[in-house]
Formats: sequence, structure tokens, C-alpha cells
Amino acid sequence: MSPRRQQHATKRGDAPVVALRPERELHKIGSTVLRLAKERGVPEAEVHIDENIQALTRFANNTIHQHVAEQGLVVSIRTVVDGRTARVTTNRVDEDALRAAVESCLSLAAHQPKDSRLLPLPGKQNYRAVHRFHAATASLTAEERARAVKRACQLAERQGQVAAGIFSSGQSQSVLVNSRGLSAAYRQTNSSFSITQQQGSAASWAKANAGDVREIDPLRLAKIAREKAVRAQNPVELAPGRFTVILEPAAVLDLVGFLFYDFAATAVADKRSCLSGRLGKAIFGKNVTIIDDAYHPQQLGAPFDGEGVARQRVVLVERGVVKNLVYSRRSAKRAGVKGTGHGFPLPNEYGEAPLNLVVGGGDTSVEEMIASTDRGLLVTRLWYIREVDPYEKIMTGMTRDGLFLIENGKITQGARNFRFNQSVLEMLRNVECLGPAGRATGEEAFEMVVPPMKIRDFHLSEVTKF
Amino acid sequence: MWEYCENSLEIARLRGATYADVRVMHLRQRDLTTKSGRVGTLGQSESIGLGIRVVANGAWGFASTDQLTREGVALCAAQAVAIARSSALAKKENVRLVPEGTYVDSWQGPCLKDPFEIPLETQIDLLLAADRAMHKVKGVTLSETDMQFRKIDTWFASSSGSKIHQRRVISGCGIVATAFQGDAIQKRSYPNSFGGQHVLGGYELIESMDLLRHAPRVAEEAVALHSAPQCPEKQSTLILGGSQLGLQIHESIGHPIELDRVLGQEANFAGTSFLTLDQLHKLRYASPIVNVVADARIAHGPGLGTFAYDDEGVPAQCIEVIRDGEFHGYLSSRETAHLVGLPRSGGTMRTEGWNRLPMIRMTNISILPGPWTVENLIADTDDAILMDTNRSWSIDDRRYQFQFSTEIAWEIKGGKKSRMLKNPSYSGITTEFWNSCDAVCNADHWVLWGTPNCGKGQPMQVMGTGHGAAPARFRNVKIGAAFSNQ
Repeated sequence: MSPRRQQHATKRGDAPVVALRPERELHKIGSTVLRLAKERGVPEAEVHIDENIQALTRFANNTIHQHVAEQGLVVSIRTVVDGRTARVTTNRVDEDALRAAVESCLSLAAHQPKDSRLLPLPGKQNYRAVHRFHAATASLTAEERARAVKRACQLAERQGQVAAGIFSSGQSQSVLVNSRGLSAAYRQTNSSFSITQQQGSAASWAKANAGDVREIDPLRLAKIAREKAVRAQNPVELAPGRFTVILEPAAVLDLVGFLFYDFAATAVADKRSCLSGRLGKAIFGKNVTIIDDAYHPQQLGAPFDGEGVARQRVVLVERGVVKNLVYSRRSAKRAGVKGTGHGFPLPNEYGEAPLNLVVGGGDTSVEEMIASTDRGLLVTRLWYIREVDPYEKIMTGMTRDGLFLIENGKITQGARNFRFNQSVLEMLRNVECLGPAGRATGEEAFEMVVPPMKIRDFHLSEVTKF
Repeated sequence: MWEYCENSLEIARLRGATYADVRVMHLRQRDLTTKSGRVGTLGQSESIGLGIRVVANGAWGFASTDQLTREGVALCAAQAVAIARSSALAKKENVRLVPEGTYVDSWQGPCLKDPFEIPLETQIDLLLAADRAMHKVKGVTLSETDMQFRKIDTWFASSSGSKIHQRRVISGCGIVATAFQGDAIQKRSYPNSFGGQHVLGGYELIESMDLLRHAPRVAEEAVALHSAPQCPEKQSTLILGGSQLGLQIHESIGHPIELDRVLGQEANFAGTSFLTLDQLHKLRYASPIVNVVADARIAHGPGLGTFAYDDEGVPAQCIEVIRDGEFHGYLSSRETAHLVGLPRSGGTMRTEGWNRLPMIRMTNISILPGPWTVENLIADTDDAILMDTNRSWSIDDRRYQFQFSTEIAWEIKGGKKSRMLKNPSYSGITTEFWNSCDAVCNADHWVLWGTPNCGKGQPMQVMGTGHGAAPARFRNVKIGAAFSNQ
């Protein structure tokens, strides 16, 4: 058996249109693996089948310089025999290759000590439906992306600016089945447009990400980046210190994103989470609420975890108090609580994590935040964020592509970029006000629903040369 | 595999491509981890597919597929040409490639003991023994180990007539002890952090590491760090251990010399570079004792940046990057070489896999050894801080301002290594820092470190790079900024 991906003879813009296989073909692969495992006498087996079709148009110096497309399907098999498990992954789907993969998996699993904590596979689950596949995104062609990029580049050229960025679109689907009758399926589309505009030595940036490409307006993003690049000319060098900062959503996301694994029950049990000893405590400001919600209308992602367990909405932080962690089946059993459907595919040492963060917002617009600031900085984006101290959650990184000085309620000029060394715990205690939350995207963390924030005493420790 | 290569090249030609190159790649990987006495990850994977890059209408297109059939590769090649034609809608000028020879060759990297042939029990038993040795040290709250092996076969063919097969086996291993006490987490790793040491080679690397001897030491150091004083904030002489110097080279020399960054092609993501074209042969990058090369040849050592040909079929080379402190060379490709007056590519185009476009990547970016022994260097130093094993790294998007922290440090007083310090960090401006280097240790202390996790490109590609480095001394460096004013 070797199901082929549907490759239409019809063409748009002279390009063959590649589409996802019908879901039943992925189920057929799963059934074949389960049959092969059963024939081999394997008591329990799990199969993930993931198909991915992605394309990306990349531009720089106002021209397209890289333009790519990929398609692939991966089958990942886990066997459970006598307290031992392992995983084997292959992109060869003929029956001989799948049989060989089952054999490899058994062989890997057999050569390890028995794990008394290994759980049997979960049985059938009920899933809440999510609809995240958009035909407009799936059918977007290379030519359509190229034409949108061309319009953005022309806008930059008219301003004497240089544009660089990406326009991507794709579709993916996953099927997860196991020998206890669990069967889960999910498909989605995705699209991103990101643009950096440089004028002289100054630069600015804008980016959007959505399941439905019609929600992305490349020209609007190009105009935002253009206007900010104009304002960023001749940046002033300021002395390092503690500043009031207004973080745009991408900057908030990239910092808060470094907290996500700290909410894993396994990380707390391993004593590597900054929440060790802090559960139930008010460690953030009262205006901070964080939820993990795979069903939020602005989120993407499957409604089930790596074992096929239905994801639950979990309140992680409520009015500054750490309320809950997320659990896999294994960490839940150890803690004596119910699982939350956040496990990674097994076997792994990390357990679980919340992947659909929704940070509660407020009603103060960025413009109002600026107007209420005597002296501060507006931060467009952060860059190269790394953890300096895991328990105080001190992060370092740089501002990038649009840092502006605010004086007496107005943006007065661009500022040279700073390095920051800032505890995220402290930062979330110092939130003065929040804007409306929306789906945001950066480069350091995954997409989330997050508001802009005005924060006092943000520690900018050193300045760079531009 | 050659049939798939030839079919796709022929379809690309028939569709109007003026140049094409294709890679069929078969990647196999094994991952093993343990955590606090138990097996964590235990997995193996393989992936095989084809990626074709074409020039049509003077512009680039790339497509990849896992459908290794005559029909599948034909559709993929047709898609690549169609994509190139759409790229041409927004082109400024035609793609120009500098000339390169035609090669028909087969090459295999060094591998004495195929790690996929070593019994799995042997590998797991070693990791569990190292794990236990760390965990039994009082105060250790988390012990972790990992091994990773990769076998990569690449069949490269181009419309110019090259046909090159390469096999590279990569092995890596590391151990980490973590200690949580009160309100702090400290950790120590061996032989390096973030996955340990990785080289082009087989299981012989793992056997040479002597994990069981080092496991108790790193565990004891992780615990001892809690009692150590905080690294002070001051301007000071700094001595860096070899692995940390390797990462310093990676971030503040390796990335700035990538010509695609210099030319603005990474402006939206990885960033650009302060090394503008006018700096070539003029900039005093470092002090006169500093010599740095980009060397992909096997003669340089079995590094993660070692190969016989890059992924556009250019033979491995040694590029002089810094000679006696002066800047002399970028990392280039067939498309970018002519922009800096080079007649030929430096051979640095590399791809993560069959579904990714080759791009300019570091090979082995190494500082050449100096004359010092570590003992003499310490004896020659009155007052300094010695830092070892990276804990965090960050640098701005033009590669000027950096900050690193390490797992551990020691004071050097009166020519002797004295008390341990916790939470060390240092920061600076790239060229000022390298110009403050006044000593590099000799070949006995020089190790070709592997950095397995360098991310670049959109879509993201993770690449392994090599960095030959020995301990080195720097004067008047800013120490401790990461923890100041907290």
C-alpha cells in the first residue's frame, strides 16, 4: 500500500497544485500499522500520521531572492510492550517500510529497563470540533504571493526604503490512532506576512499570522513598517537604566513565551520551573491573567495532545495568582489530579506544556499609553532572548527594528537599541496598563493571544551602536 | 537515487530552467536521553526525499517532495520552475553564478564505529550509569544525559554535470546536573552545555568522553555553586574556556562574515552585519595575535562543518577570515562571490535536509592556536575571572553588542586559580572585545567544538557548525552586567 498525495493536473499560474490527501488515506496508513503491530503480537501501538504542505516567498533588497515549496508525510509509531516503549518515525509509507518501522520500534523498546510508571494507552476520546482550514489559504499560489510581495516592495521603493520579509502559506493535517480505539484527526491552514523596512541605518518591522490568509493585509503591514522606519531616523543614544516601556504585542509575546514551560507539572516536579514553591502565590500584578485555551477563536492547533487526549482550557494565572499547571496523563497520575490534555508525544522527558496561551487584555490603546507617558520608550520588537537566571526568570535580549523615545506624551524620535536584563516575574508585577488582546506573532516564541503592555522600571542595561 | 536526480534535472531543463541542482537526501537519526535514573526519549527516525533548485526567467525557485517516483519528482521539478517564473515577477536582475568545476565523486566522512551498529543496551547503560553517578551526589535535584546520532547520505547532481555522493555520520553526547536550593537553580554540564559535544564521527567520540569520570565532578560543582559568591560587576581581565570561546567565535565572527547577512538577505529574520563590504581587507577586527579561518576540509578536523563538497557542489576550502587581526574573508556562495570580487565561491552553501534550500552557513570557524599553555596563562595573570561552559548567549541583529553568561567561574589572583564564583556574565562590543585579546592557548588545549543548533533562514533551518578554540585571555572586559541592578 502506498497512497499518493493528490496532485492535480489542473494548473494555476503554470504551477501544479498540490493538495492534502483525503483524511481516509491517513486513517488507512494508521490501520495498516495497527494491523502489522497486532500481527507481530504487539499488545499496544499508537500511530501519528502528519502531512504538511508549505510554501514561502522570501524577499530582500526589494526583490524575491528565495522562493520555496515543500510537501511531506511522516508516520510515527510507538509500541508499548511489558512496561517498555519507544518511537520510530519514517516518511516511507509502503507496507514493507511500515513493517520495518514496527520491528525497529520493538527492538528499541526491548533494550531498556522496564518503566513501572509507564501507563497503558488511552482509549476513545471525545473532541470539541474546531474549524481551522481555509480554502483561500490552501489555494494561495506562488504567483499570488509574489504579486503581493512586489506591491510591498514598490511601496518601500517609493519611500526610498529597502524591504525584506516573507509571505508564507500552508496546510497540514494530523491523524492519531491507537490500538485501544482512540482516533483523532485535525487539519489547518496557516499564513504569515512579515516585513522589515530599512531607511539608512534605521529599520522597522511588522508581521501578522493567521489561519485564513484573508485576515492578512500585506500592504497595510508594509505601510506600518514604512511609517515607523521614517520616524526611526537619526536615533538618539540614551543612557541605560530603568525605563517605562510600552511593549507592542510581539514584544510581550516573545518575553511571556519563555514562561510557557514553567507551567508544566513535570517541570515543577523536576524543580526546574520558576514556579517551584510559588504555586498559589500572587507573583504577578492583579491585572495579569493567563489562560491556556486551544479553543479560543484566534488560536490555531489541534484540540488533542500528543497522546490524543482532548485539550482542556486551563486558567494558569488569575489576577496575578498562579492557579494551575498543565498535565500529561503521567504527570497527572503522579500528582493525583486529572490530566489536562497537554502531553507531548511519548516517550519524552519534558512531559507537557501549554501551547495556546491567551493573556488577558485591557482597554487602553497604545496611543493612550503613549499619551499618558512622561518619559519612556515604545518597543516594536525584541530579539535574541535568552534565559540568564531560570528561577528569577531574568531574560536578556535586544530591542530591534523600531525603538522610539516618548516625551511628554508623544513620540519624539527614534532611539538606539538597548540590551535588556529583565526578570519576567518582576515585569508582570509592573504592568501599569494593558491594551486589547489579539493574535500576535514574533520570532522567539510561538503565536499567542496577547495585549500590548505599559510596564514601569524595565531594565535596559547596555546600549548598542545603532 | 541518481535516476531521480537525472529525471528532475531533465524535467527542469524541458520546462525552461537555465540552471538546476538537485539533492536526494536520506537522513537517519537516533535520540536517547535519560532523566534522574530513567530513560526519557528513545527514538529513531528516517526521512528521504528530493529537493530541486532552479533558475528560470533569471530567478530562483525551489521545490521538494517525499514522492520518490518518476511522476513525483517530475511534478516537483515542474513546480520549482513555475515558482522561479513567479519569482521573476519581482526580480531586479538575473541570477548570476560564478563558474565552478564539474565533479563526479563519492566521499565518506570519518567514522570508526557506526553508532547505529553499537548495541542499544551499551548506549543506554552508559547514559544511565552517568545519570546515577550525578544523581547520587547530595543536593542534585535533576540529572540528565543525552546521546544523538545522525547518518546523512546526500546525492547531489547539477545541470552542469556534477554528481556527488557524500555520507556524514555525526555523533553527540552530554550530561547535566541541576541543583535547586532555596531561591536559585544552578547547573553544570559536561563536556559542554546544550547537548554536549558533537563531531563528525562515530561512537568512538562517546568512548573518548569518559562520562563516568566527569559525572560526579559536574554534580558536585552544581551543588557547590549555591555556596559560591556572586560574580562581581566590574571591568576586568577575562579568561574564557575553550567551549565558551567557540561560541563567542560563532556569534561574533561566524555570523557577521556570512555574506547573505552582509547583503541584507537576512534583514527580516537573522539580521544583517556590521561587516559592510567596505570593511574587507581594512578593518582591524582583532588584536594582531588573532588568526581565524573558515575551514571545511577534513584536514582541519572532524567538525560539524566538515565535508568534501558544499550543497551546491563546490569543494571544501579553507578561507582566511582574520589574519594577524585584520579582516580578510567572508563566507560566500556561487551567487554572492562576485560581489566581493571573488572568482569562485568559498563553498559554504549548506542545507538542513532535502526539503530546504541551501544557504550560506558557517563551516568550521576556528581560531588558530597560540603559544600558551593554560598553566602558563594563569600563572601570567594577576587578577582575572575565568569563565567556562555557556549558560546563555545573545547578540544584536548586526552583531555588535553581545552578552554571554556561563555556568561557572573562578577568580584568578596572583597567578593562581582561587575561589569559585556563581552567575558569571560578560558583555561587550565585538571588535573592541576581539582587539582586547592578548593570549590564546596552544594546540594541546585546542578542541574542535561542535555547535549542533544554529538556526537561520525562513523556513528555519538548524545546522551544525564547528569551532576550533583554545582558552584565551581578554583585557578590560565588562563583567557581571547580566545580574546588575536586579
